[in-house]
Order: sequence, then C-alpha cells, then structure tokens
Amino acid sequence: MSQTANAHDPNKWGRDSEPNPDGPAPKRIVVSYGFWIFLLSDFILFACFFAAYAVLKDATAGGPSGKDLFELKLVEAETVLLLLSSFACGMAGIGTLARDMRWFQIAMAATGLLGAGFLALEAYEFLHLIGEGAGPGRSAFLSAFFALVGCHGLHVTLGLLWLTTMMAQAWSKGFREDILRRILCFSLFWHALDIIWVALFTMIYLMGVRG
Amino acid sequence: MFRDPRLARISARFAGLGLCVVLAACEPGILNPAGPIAAGERSIFFNALAVMLAIVVPVIVLAFAFGWWFRAGNTRAKHLPEWAYSGRLELLVWSIPALAIMFLGGIAWIGSHDLDPPKPIASKAKTMTVEVVATDWKWLFLYPEQGIATINRLVVPVGTPVKFRITSAGVMNSFFVPQLGSQIYAMSGMDSTLHLRADRTGRYRGLSAHYSGEGFADMNFFVDAVPQGAFDRFVATAKAGQGKTLDWNEFVAMARPSRNVRPASYPRLQPGLYDRIVMKNGAPEGEQAKDGREQ
Amino acid sequence: MSFTGKLGWDSIPFQEPLPLVSAAVIGAVLLGVFVWVWRRGHLPYLWKEWITSVDHKRIGVMYCLLAGVMLLRGFSDALLMRSQQAIAYGNGGYLPPDHYDQIFSAHGTIMIFFVAMPFMIGLMNFVVPLQLGVRDVAFPTLNSVSFWLTCSGALLINMSLVIGEFAKTGWLVYPPLSELRFSPGVGVDYYLWALQISGMGTLLSGVNLVTTILKMRAPGMGYSRMPMFTWTSLASNLLIVASFPVLTAVLAMLILDRYLGFHFFTPEAGGNQMMFVNLIWAWGHPEVYILILPAFGVFSEIISTFSSKPLFGYRSMVIATMVICILSFMVWLHHFFTMGAGADVNGFFGITTMIIAVPTGVKVFNWLFTMYGGRIRYTSMMLWSIGFIVTFVIGGMTGVMLAVPPADFVLHNSLFLVAHFHNVIIGGVLFGAFAGFTFWFPKMFGFTLDERWGKRAFWLWLSGFYLAFMPLYVLGLMGMTRRMQHYDVPGWHPWLIAAGLGALLILAGIGCQIMMLYVSIRTRKDRIDESGDPWDGRTLEWITTSPPPAFNFAVLPDVKGEEAYWGIKAKARENRRLSDRPDYEPIEMPRNSPTGIVSAFFATAMGFALIWHIWWLVILGFFGAWGTFIVFAWRDKAEYEIPVEEVERLDQARRRSKATLLDLPEEALS
Repeated sequence: MSQTANAHDPNKWGRDSEPNPDGPAPKRIVVSYGFWIFLLSDFILFACFFAAYAVLKDATAGGPSGKDLFELKLVEAETVLLLLSSFACGMAGIGTLARDMRWFQIAMAATGLLGAGFLALEAYEFLHLIGEGAGPGRSAFLSAFFALVGCHGLHVTLGLLWLTTMMAQAWSKGFREDILRRILCFSLFWHALDIIWVALFTMIYLMGVRG
Repeated sequence: MFRDPRLARISARFAGLGLCVVLAACEPGILNPAGPIAAGERSIFFNALAVMLAIVVPVIVLAFAFGWWFRAGNTRAKHLPEWAYSGRLELLVWSIPALAIMFLGGIAWIGSHDLDPPKPIASKAKTMTVEVVATDWKWLFLYPEQGIATINRLVVPVGTPVKFRITSAGVMNSFFVPQLGSQIYAMSGMDSTLHLRADRTGRYRGLSAHYSGEGFADMNFFVDAVPQGAFDRFVATAKAGQGKTLDWNEFVAMARPSRNVRPASYPRLQPGLYDRIVMKNGAPEGEQAKDGREQ
Repeated sequence: MSFTGKLGWDSIPFQEPLPLVSAAVIGAVLLGVFVWVWRRGHLPYLWKEWITSVDHKRIGVMYCLLAGVMLLRGFSDALLMRSQQAIAYGNGGYLPPDHYDQIFSAHGTIMIFFVAMPFMIGLMNFVVPLQLGVRDVAFPTLNSVSFWLTCSGALLINMSLVIGEFAKTGWLVYPPLSELRFSPGVGVDYYLWALQISGMGTLLSGVNLVTTILKMRAPGMGYSRMPMFTWTSLASNLLIVASFPVLTAVLAMLILDRYLGFHFFTPEAGGNQMMFVNLIWAWGHPEVYILILPAFGVFSEIISTFSSKPLFGYRSMVIATMVICILSFMVWLHHFFTMGAGADVNGFFGITTMIIAVPTGVKVFNWLFTMYGGRIRYTSMMLWSIGFIVTFVIGGMTGVMLAVPPADFVLHNSLFLVAHFHNVIIGGVLFGAFAGFTFWFPKMFGFTLDERWGKRAFWLWLSGFYLAFMPLYVLGLMGMTRRMQHYDVPGWHPWLIAAGLGALLILAGIGCQIMMLYVSIRTRKDRIDESGDPWDGRTLEWITTSPPPAFNFAVLPDVKGEEAYWGIKAKARENRRLSDRPDYEPIEMPRNSPTGIVSAFFATAMGFALIWHIWWLVILGFFGAWGTFIVFAWRDKAEYEIPVEEVERLDQARRRSKATLLDLPEEALS
C-alpha cells in the first residue's frame, strides 16, 4: 500500500510530490478497512456500557454486590471456551489460506461449538442469578452488569448466526473473492469480541470479586 | 445588490435589537435583578456581550463591505484571482479570536467560582434555609427553621441570604427565580444547594425551567421578598393556620399529580422530612398510583 | 398476550381531529403521487433506477428528497407551536398540553434526525465521490441500506401521528420523565425505535463515507489536495462513527429500563438520571458539529467559486475543521451547567466550549478573505452564504455567552437558548443545505434552478428567521422558559405574536422554494446545463457531465494539485486543447439491489412490533431482515459491465461539451 506510506511520510506531504499515486485502494483493503472502522464504533458502544457499569457499580440499592455473586470458576470456564474458539477461528483462517474446505468447515464448526458453549455457560449464569433474586431489576448495579455482559453475549449470538451463514456460503460458493473478504471480516469480529471479553472479565469479575 | 436601503435596514435592525434589550430590562426578567447573584450574572452577561460584539460587529461590517466592494460589476476593486495565502493574516485570524477567548475564558473561570451556587453569600444577616421539593406540578417549600411549609408561594425576608436545598419528588425540574439569579436542577435522590438573596422587597415570578410533563406550564410560584417583621408575621399566620401536619404520608398524597395548584401552607412540618424525601429518591413508585401520569 | 400486542382500536386517536386530518391529507397526497406514477407507467423505472439503486448520486438525491419532505412535516409542527404560543396568553390556546408536548418533541426530533441529517448526508453522498474523482462510495449496497433505514425511522415517527402517540418528553427524552413510570404510553417507544433504526443507518453511512474518503481517492488526490467540502465531510463522518454508538448505547439502556425493568435511570434502585444526561450529550454535542461541518464545507466551496478565487487559507481551514472535530467531544457538559457539577468542572467545560469559537472564527475570517479581491457573482447561493456569515456570527456570539457558566445559570433552557440554537442551525445548517442544494442541483439533474424564486426564498427565509427568532432572545431575557403550553405574563405576548409572524414569513419562503422547483422543472429545457460546469467550478465534480454517467468518470482524473478541475481547465485554456484522448476500457459497476428497501421494510415491521409488543412480528422482522442479507450475499454477479463503446460515446460527448465551454477548436478533442 504505497498510498498509506505516502500519506504518512512527512517529506511527501505537500504540493510538490504526487500523493496517492495508485488511486483507489483494492477492494480487499477497502472492505477490511471499513470493517475496522465499524469495529471501532462497536468498541465505543461497549465503552458506554463499561462507563455505565463504572458509574453504577456501587449502586446496589441494598442488594447483593459483585463480591457476593460472582463465581470465578464459571467465568474462567467461559473465558477458556471463548479463547479456544478464537484459536479455532484462527485455524479456520489457516484453512482458508490453504484453500482447504474440510479444514475450514471443521475449524469453523469448532469455533461455533465453543462459542455456543460459552453462551450456554453465560445463560446458566444469568438464569442462576435471576433465580437467586439477583436479576437486572434488583438494582442499578445488576442492570449495568446484565447489560454489559448481555451486550457481549448478544454480539456472540449474532456472531454465531454469521458463522453458520459463512459456513453455508463457503460450502456452496467455494473460496470466492468476496467470500474470502467476508471470512476475513468475520474473524476480525470474532477476535474483537475476545478483546472485549478480556476487558470485561478483568473489570467486572476479577475486580468485582475483590470488592 | 447591497444598495443603501439594505444597509439602512441592517442598521435599523441593530437599533431594534438595542431597543429590545432596553425594553427587556424594564420587564421583570434577568436584566432586572433583585439580588446580588442576579446582578453579578447580569454584569457577566453584559461583559461577555461587549467582548463578543467587539469582534462580531466588525465581522458583520466586513462581510457587507467585502461583499459590496468586490461585487463582479465593480471594476475599481482590486482583483487578486490567485491570492489564497498570507502568513500574517493567518496569524491575525488565529490570534484575534484566541485573545478574545482567553479574556472571556478568564471571565468564565472567575465567574464560575464567584457565583458558584453552593457558595454561601457573605452577609451580615444569618443565612436562612429553605428546602425545595419539585413535585408534579407544583413547588413545595419547607422552612425547617420555622417548622412550616408552603406550596407555590415562597416568602423570604429581604436582605437575608437563603440557602436553598433542592430535590424532586419524581421527574427532573429546575428551580428558577429569574430576578434573583441562578437556577439549579431539582432531581430525585439528589440534594442540590443554591444560595440566593433578595435585596429589594417585591413579588418575583418563579418557575420550573426544565420541562417536566403535562402540567409544566402551570408550575409557577411567587417569591415574596418582605421585611423581617412581615416575614415573622407570615410565619405566625402560617403556624396558626388550620390544616394537617406535613409528614411523609401527607407528602406522598400531595405529591400526586395536580395542576394549577393555589398557594397553600402547612402549619407544622415533620422534622427531617426533606432528608427522607432525598433518601427515598422522591415519592416512591409503590406509594403513588402506578399509572398516575397518563390515563 | 394478544396477537396484536398493545395495539387496538383505542390506539387510534379519534378524539383528536388534527393529527388524523393531517395524516389523511398526507396519505391522500402520497396515494395521489403513487397513482400518478403508476398510471404514467413510471413504476418500473422508479423501482429499477431509484428505489433499488446503489448509485451514490441517486441515493444522495433521495436523501435530499426525504429531508425536504420531512422539513414540511417539521415545519408544520413549528407553525402549530408558534401559533399556540401567539394565542395562549392567559388561556389554554387551541392545543391541549397532551398534544402540544408531542408537537415540540416531534419538531426537534424530526428537524435534527430527519431533516438536517439526511440533507447533509445526502449532499455528502452525492458530492464526495465526485470530488474525490472516484466512481462510487466504498460500499454501494450498504449505502442503500443506510438510506432506507433512515426512511424506516422517518416512517415510524410519522406513523405515531395516527397510531398511538409520540413522546411527550422533549426531543432528548430525559429520564425519569421518559421512564415507564412517568410515560407509560407508546410515545417514547416510537422515539426510541425510530432513532435506533435510523441511527443504525447513519452509523453505517458514516463508516461508508470515512472509508471512501480515506481509501478511495483518484490518483494524485492526496489529503492536502482534497476539496474543503470533502475535508469537512471526513470530519463529520468521523464524528458520526465516534458518537452514534454512544446514542445507540444510551437509548438501548433506556429501552432496557422500559421493556425489561432495568434500573439505569430510574429514581428507584440506584438508577442515575444524570448518567443519561451525560451520555446523551456526549453524543449530542458532536451531533451539532456533524451537521454544521458539512455546511461549512458547502459555504467554502460556494464562496470560493462565486468569488472566482481559491479558498483563502486552505491549510488553516483544514486544521480548524479537525480541531473542531476533536474539541466537540470535550464540551458536552455545557448543556447542563445547572446540574451543579461545581465551579471547577463548569469553568473547565465553559472554557473548552469557548475554545471552539477560535477555529470557527478562523473559518469566518478566511471566508471573508476569500471574498477579498474576488469578483463576486451574486447568485442565490452567494446570498445564502453572506446571510449565513452574518447570522452565524450572531448565533455564535450568543453561544459563547451561554458557555459562560454564570450567564448560563439564568439563560439555560430559556427562549434565549432556543433562539441561539435555531440561530446556528437555521442560519448555518439549513442555509448551507439550501445553498448546497442549489449549487449541486444542476449536477444532480442537468438543469439549473430558477434564480428569481431562489432569491425570493432567500429574502423571505432571512427576514422570517430574524422576525421569528430575535423576539425569542428578548423573551429569554425576560425569563420565559422553553416548552410552555401557555403563560400569563402580559409582556411576553407581543413578542410571541411577532415570532408567529416570522414563522409565516418562513412559510412564504418555503412556498417560494416549492415554486422555484416547480418553475425550474417546467422550464428545464431552457436551463439545461450543457457544459457540466455551470458556475465556473474548481473541483472535480464539475469535470464530468450534468448529470454524470453512472460511472462518474470514464477515466479517473489524474490530480495534479489543489483545485484539481481548475488546474485542468487552466491547462486546457493555455494549450488550446484538452488532455490527450484516453484509452477507454469497459467499466464494472455494482448492480442495483433491493436489499436496502427490503431489509428496511423488515426493520420497520420489527420496530413497529417492538413498539406495540407484538412479539411474533419482532421475530419475523428480524429473520426477514437477516434473510434479505443472506439472499444478497448469495448472489453470484455483483457487478455489470458497461461496454467500452458506451463509455467512449459518453466521454466523447463530455469532451465536446468541455471544448465548447472552453471555446476550443474542434481539433482540441483529439
């Protein structure tokens, strides 16, 4: 991408040189770049929920706090599942590079199953909390908690929907140019959810348990 | 295009604007202050206006002057079809607004601290406390030191600084007496502080300056600033009045939505009621009719 | 749980004739238009060439059309409000609070989200790829989805006229008033879902345009050569990408409160209403710059074009734009100094707010110096521009006054504030939109707009604006607060009557604009823009024909400096010939797709179902939208080819017209 190089080279910034000599970037670059920008906006969305959680963390309204509720064992299992699913997603990426449909499909299925396992554990945690009377309506703290973790869970759910679509598409269309671009975007999305989970795990659970 | 009649119209417009300001000053409003806070805010308003006008008026004049002189038909005008940069002018256009803003920023910073609502007003007279609760759609004033309460009418002694503690029984409102100065939001669960003082006797309009629902337009009250003797008589009359003690149950009942409420008073006040209202985040949902606001 | 959720016959406000009648009129007009289009046999054309179009130019035009239609709706609300306040001295007027409160909430929501936003996004959509010298935006189909999602939101808001009610909470639905306890009706839900759906469209459109500007530029079009309008569009879309997620998040929190009993902002259980106010303004303040920055870009282009001079201080303008872009995230607290954050916080945000006046002031000075030494042609666009400079500096001045916290303590929420933001939004954004629309209209449709009606519209709008809003400054100083359904202060009455008359003048201005369109279309044969360059333009959109071919440029222009087209023109004049005849190649363009309108149809159904708690329809709507995307993703041919002969034919015609424009001999073409 000589274009980017030019744009950032201070010596070439000016009237005399010829910036952006190649014209519009190729489709592959444009698509992943655009998707990155979308992901950044998604990070901002999460940042708002994080901020809300930070504001409402102590607003327990006489109800339980994170220290009383969180079970690290469960959350650790969730974390392991999600990280493994990201690993599997990476394997699917290698399968794509190798143009190996079977490898790709198996790795994607593993990604999906691990993701579904993560969701199942999260659903169990949510139902368990609600059963204990610590649902989102109990206090502002629990509202913020359910919203933040739930927002991530919603993203994972939509990701699973996307994942199955991608598998079906790759199966029926093969590794076509546009399918490859979509697979790239999907893996970006899936890894981004991991990054958010790491932040979430640290800020909510680890710091929450310490009180 | 811009012949003289238009310029005349513009100047007429500015004269008109000046006249508006003069007229507004005669009407009861923020340009007609009745206390030190409002007076301070008015002078900051005029200072800021003066600083800004020093730039804005020349800009408007330049816009018309350049627009007029460099019209396509004017062959006498200098023609500079390539002129697009001048280092000196760039410096000037960045520094003029920057200087003005530095000056105004100073006004803003000092003014924010001088006129900070929680800051007590230095005064010989002892500060009196009034607790204000915004309810749907009327104002409740508690006088903890006098042990009385009023609705939609506030009586204060002239020259005595008043410390207002402000909260809401439900939705957000804003407590505002334009001629006395600063407004502050009334929010449930929050206890905001505002210091005001009336230096002239008279009756001043107060209102909610934050939209709060269907009865909002009637959420007005009067502030009567009266001499100390008259204030004492007012308290005595209120204490002698018929009517219930304002306690929690009575508060929850009165906090139910009602509009256009006439001024009224309570002869007795349960101590600590205001703090309880703040603690309970206003009138709790369970104790009000659930769909109290809309049918 | 019933089949139609909360929806029943009692949801139709039969007792209120006004909305029903107006909705019936709107419905009749729409039906009439539809029948006319159908009888004339235009329906297939409309479907194939416009509704399913992924051409950025067509989508841009449709955005502007949507904005124009919604302007009529929003302005009717304004007329109702002005007349109510002109009447309601000492009496209840003719609009009960229940109705009046919906009207001012709808007015604000519509004017910001469905007039100002689509107008600006429409202009950006149309102009930016042309100015960059490329053939389309980065994601053409996504662009169509964005547009139709915006329409979906607009449709939902208008449905609230006849089915149920609209929010009675003001345009920013502050809780706790907007919580279920105080607003149990569907009004707030209409607001929430309309904005979530259209906000999604806006966000996607922002992603699209940022990517377009950063990654799709003609050869040689470096950042330091981008036209000013493109720069301001970049800033504006960066703000969209960074701020609209905040709106989505804060509205989602309110939705959770209202639908699932969460406690983000309730007075009970630890909810924090101040967090809503902070978050909504963390979006809301950047939002005003999302609107005004492209308008600044429009004025930069127009003033430079009609002064026949390059923009003065281009680099300063770029820096000023980006400084505003960054600072706009650091000032949100000035919307609620009266919350009582304390002197240090208030002082800090007051000063950051004022600092924005510096780059803005720089821009104003640079526009003045652009005029200096020019040969100004007084078209209606130039009138809008000078009207803007004068009006905007007044609005900017009152804005800085409001940024001084102690002054704000007495001016907050007063009509002074209302006058201020109309001063900048009408005088800035709307004037910019009108000027830009007139400026690029010939590029959109191939003929110019009637100047006589255009100038009449300008003078009526300008005088109407001053008559309608200067009294509001005075009323603010007299202590009148906003959103009053009635009042009993005699001193306010004459000023409110004056303001009402001002609104009538603006109405006349709108009438002139409609006449302008009508007359221009009737006489379009006499006003055809043969050259593609009616204003002696300086940027690349004027190098192509009016309207441009689907592919914009047969060969992407080779940009050699700032004001790319001006340089090419000057060179052609100098050499007495056009650039060498290029080697044409067939061009691949994206195929049209109904994905946008179909997914928006499902989104509308889903939004409506969510508002009325019709859960089966929610699920149906969601899977419908998802299915639409799958169908789109499954197609095998995303592009069609324009044969080289066609490209050559169109471009040769263009070159002939340019040769005529530049008065070049026939052999200049070769």
